[in-house]
Amino acid sequence: MNIRTVSVKKDILSANSKKAEENRAILEKHHCLMINIMSSPGSGKTSLITSAINRFKDAYGIAVIEGDIASSIDADRISELNVQALQINTGGGCHLDANMVEKALDDLDLDNLDLVFVENVGNLVCTADFDLGAHKNAVILSIPEGDDKPYKYPVIFMEADVVLINKMDVLPYFDFDLVAFPEIMAGLNPSVVILPVSAKSGEGLEEWFLWIEQILNQ
Amino acid sequence: MHEQSIVAALLSMALEDAKKDNAQRIIGIKLVVGELTGVEKDAVNFYFGFLAKGTIAEGAALEFKYIKPQLRCRDCDIIFPRDSLKFNCPRCNKKAVEMVGGRELFIESMEIL
Repeated sequence: MNIRTVSVKKDILSANSKKAEENRAILEKHHCLMINIMSSPGSGKTSLITSAINRFKDAYGIAVIEGDIASSIDADRISELNVQALQINTGGGCHLDANMVEKALDDLDLDNLDLVFVENVGNLVCTADFDLGAHKNAVILSIPEGDDKPYKYPVIFMEADVVLINKMDVLPYFDFDLVAFPEIMAGLNPSVVILPVSAKSGEGLEEWFLWIEQILNQ
Repeated sequence: MHEQSIVAALLSMALEDAKKDNAQRIIGIKLVVGELTGVEKDAVNFYFGFLAKGTIAEGAALEFKYIKPQLRCRDCDIIFPRDSLKFNCPRCNKKAVEMVGGRELFIESMEIL
């Protein structure tokens, strides 16, 4: 038997993308919105999610899917707010994928939910390549990380619907250029919404809530 | 670590296609990888080594074709490779760019027996 060369030309992530579409369809069937939150570790994902939970939990059914390499610290913080938090431990894996989210969605009571936050694993690189089935991507960049991050990690900033510049309260101590950052973003991703916030001081959080409310009402 | 899930996906895709072609063995797999995916050749080879064990793809040689990020200036409409860390257009020096290449991640072809 001879060696043959066969053309394949198939996207390696296509199985993930297909599963993500299925997840989106399941959510839409239940009129439920899913927001995928991505950032580096320590940028404030959990804090910005908890701020939104406190703001919206009386008006909307909310749950959180927590992606973490090993611990359940973040899920515990969410559970304290009496909101369902499902922990996915990736066992060392650096991102969530659509299969993991599908299993989590199975365990959620979607009929009684309006909004699901996915807290992705803290990572600016590969989280962006895996569609989970979310309707919107929120990327958080905190002031100490610097305004040049879209140059280094363009993909995640291209995929963002909103970028929250968090930790505005420490701006005086760092060199984050609040003029340069929106300029870089305007070129790379012209439709992105940029919101300077501080989960600690509360600055700008109303804008974050307004952004969520707008997409909930869409 | 994201190479592990990528290798798992590429292996199941390769095995599925090989089965359709009635292959007895997969000798080689040609991959096209955009640099923006951050997929490392050594890590892919490492995971492929043990994930492919016991399958008809065991021992297959992986070939990598890396694609540089390509940018398109939204004003000048020219496409240029990303040479520096920044995004400035070589013609107008503005940063209004769209990323048009560098995110590829696919199996181009396979050699099967």
